[in-house]
Amino acid sequence: MQAASTWDWTPGKKTILEDATACSSEYEWMQESVASPDGESLAAIVKLGDEEFTMCVNGEPWENVFEKAWNPKYSPDGRLTAIVMTDMAWTVAIEAEAWEETYDFVWNTSFSENGEIVAASIQSEGRYGWNVDGTPWDELFENANNFVLSKDGSATAAAVQVKSLAQADIAGFQSGIFSVAVGGVAWDSIFMNCWTPAFDATASKVATAIRTSLYDYSVAVDGKAWPASFACVWEPAFNPATGEVVAPVRHQGAWGMAQDGKILWKPAFFQCWRPAFSDDGKILAAIVAPEYGKFTVAVNGRPWEAMFPVVTDLVMSPDGATIAAQSSEDNVNFRIMVNGKVWNGTYDMAFGPVVGPGGNVACRVEKAGKQAILLNGKAYPESFDQAFDPIFSPDGGKVLIRGVAGGKYQRIVAEAGAFKG
Amino acid sequence: MSTIADRRIEDAGLEAGIARLTPEKIKKTIEAVLAGECGARLKTYIETCVRCGMCAKACHYYMSHKDPSYAPVGKVKQTMWEIINKKGDVTPEFIHQCAQVAYTECNLCRRCMHYCPLGIDTAYIMSVVRRICHKLGVTPQYIQDTAHSHSATMNQMWVKDDEWIDTLFWQEDEARDEMPNLRIPLDKEGADFMYSVIAPEPKFRTQLIYQAAYIFNAAGLNWTMPSFPGWDNSNMAMFTGDSEIMARIERQHFEAAQRLRVKRIVMGECGHAFRAVYDMGNRWLGWKWHPVPVVHSIEFFWELLTSGKIKIAQKYPGPVTVHDPCNTIRGRGLMDKLREVVNMICDGIVEMHPNREHNYCCCAGGGVINCGPPFKNVRIVGNKIKAEQLKATGVKTCVAPCHNCHGGLDDIIHKFDVGMELKFLGDIIYQCMEKPEAE
Repeated sequence: MQAASTWDWTPGKKTILEDATACSSEYEWMQESVASPDGESLAAIVKLGDEEFTMCVNGEPWENVFEKAWNPKYSPDGRLTAIVMTDMAWTVAIEAEAWEETYDFVWNTSFSENGEIVAASIQSEGRYGWNVDGTPWDELFENANNFVLSKDGSATAAAVQVKSLAQADIAGFQSGIFSVAVGGVAWDSIFMNCWTPAFDATASKVATAIRTSLYDYSVAVDGKAWPASFACVWEPAFNPATGEVVAPVRHQGAWGMAQDGKILWKPAFFQCWRPAFSDDGKILAAIVAPEYGKFTVAVNGRPWEAMFPVVTDLVMSPDGATIAAQSSEDNVNFRIMVNGKVWNGTYDMAFGPVVGPGGNVACRVEKAGKQAILLNGKAYPESFDQAFDPIFSPDGGKVLIRGVAGGKYQRIVAEAGAFKG
Repeated sequence: MSTIADRRIEDAGLEAGIARLTPEKIKKTIEAVLAGECGARLKTYIETCVRCGMCAKACHYYMSHKDPSYAPVGKVKQTMWEIINKKGDVTPEFIHQCAQVAYTECNLCRRCMHYCPLGIDTAYIMSVVRRICHKLGVTPQYIQDTAHSHSATMNQMWVKDDEWIDTLFWQEDEARDEMPNLRIPLDKEGADFMYSVIAPEPKFRTQLIYQAAYIFNAAGLNWTMPSFPGWDNSNMAMFTGDSEIMARIERQHFEAAQRLRVKRIVMGECGHAFRAVYDMGNRWLGWKWHPVPVVHSIEFFWELLTSGKIKIAQKYPGPVTVHDPCNTIRGRGLMDKLREVVNMICDGIVEMHPNREHNYCCCAGGGVINCGPPFKNVRIVGNKIKAEQLKATGVKTCVAPCHNCHGGLDDIIHKFDVGMELKFLGDIIYQCMEKPEAE
């Protein structure tokens, strides 16, 4: 989340809503709330009557009412969106205004990093693709999944089915029916499977995990497969500086990392996934299991010493100086790890660490049903019935806390010194 | 005594598969699987079997045919022992036979393990045979198609991303006629549990989603379902021997739960899915245990009933009998909880004999029913013993908390005129529970 300097960063607490469930129109029920990035608004879907759904924002419903509404999301630039249906036709509503184009189904609302571009997956008359800011792909496909929007929002891609398949036609499937479409144009090359396509830093190249036979896994970049194949591969990632592509690969029963088809990290792990680069491409981190059942993070191939049964939510600062993840044991005893060091507390749930400017790390956590915000391992003194993920100020010196406590929706700007717990 | 060669069945997948084989490819593949993927476990099983034959009476195929070639040890003799004795120098036709035995005459039910004095897990040996067949491209057509669906859509029925969500909306609408404020909450972060189902539910058995939603809403539970892939907990790739796709499916399932930050996963009434989640897929991925707790519907309904969140207005007229699905009973030990649930919702139980961990398999599980029409008759005739077991109870209702079991039992009930209805626990709870008054 990119915070704006124009937001109110004055330290202190502001009660935005005395009653987080209030709505000026009578409603039958209110669904789960979403908070705007700047914390100034709280919104939720409300059912006003029979087949009458809309968004209620800070107690005021949108003027437009729909037969159905779901998937409410704020864009990073603070616009409220929902997927809505009217007369059996689906579209995206942004700040109450629906796109003119409607489809047989819409899902997966996605945003560019700055929030200016809004895209969604669409199905029209059994054909599938992307819609970006109200404009669908020129060509739609028999099926599409693994949708991805580039960071800057300028490009879209998905795994697409480019050949029809008769029922139980296993030979047809194995000869290849999937490809990747970029901006609605499918690659010429066809594979048995395509998974997890990813854009490079300039949104001009796409790499995807592929399966070329029942047993041969590899990576294709702009349609061209690596010469090497492996027993299995996970999601590829581009080095943002060099354009090289890495992907976790399985070889002779162990996992390592390959780069452009050649082994980069020797396959020695029981698992390796979620590769992530620093902006300069010099630091590559991934979640790995150096021992069976013991997970951690490896940085440039070297695992941290602290290991846990489960590790997720790997994040890295753009300069690569701060790398964080969370661990758990049987989905409890959540801990936060930063650069290999483990924070003291354990929690019933953690919602993924957030790395801010200057290498500070914040995280929303839950214990005994109450949610709190941590900064560098210390808790803000107030807890919430429901909180939202913390957001750093542009200079990294303050944390925006958003949460509902005692029925009130509050927006708190906290300086680092306020985290004492 | 017959052999598998005497009952050869043509299948498009098997025929096309063996047509591509050469002796060199077979030998190389077998050596790679045995050397690279099978350690002390297989060696121990092979070397410790004393050929006593006590496993024979454990197998429903043997008990139905009384032919030793159907006995677990007979299946191993016709497949793995030959493979090892001949050091992989076997013919394409032999591989066809291996596939027919391993995919269609063994349900991997693990009943025989309980009868082996040495505890040999014949199902594991048959799984290795399946792995070899998969690596050779010799798999029955219909289950292979299901594995393809898993790989392409992350569910077993080719359900597209939007079709899943649309089906949930449809069931929500249907259920609101009965309970106007009912919700199927999608992507609700931090819910107490994610409810996952198998793809036949949105495809064919939508009433099960309806019923589950009704029960959860009536109980006032904090639950969710994902709107994205990972909702299907089934895993036929586990049964074709495609461990890599099996693992990809399980990763997606667990990561859906992790993304939603739920406390646990509650799974619908499916047995094999449970095996994939708590035993096979999780371990292949490197987790010793499952990363998010998984609870089968048997346990979950037990919780709802014993905590009073669901109350039964009037017990289902009975008595009924109870079928013990292999993956939740032999696999997880839920036999007592299953009976406690059934006693709470039904008017008494007449046990099948044998029962609990010694219960006969439904003959559909282990991917056998998914091998499709070419093998249907073998599967049904091969479970005559189960039909006799059902008939002997003298009751009119069988409770079977497993999708595959329903498929297999339904077939034998019709074939052998058993005259019995089949019910999921959810069917009965939904029918018999105290229902909130519609406003």
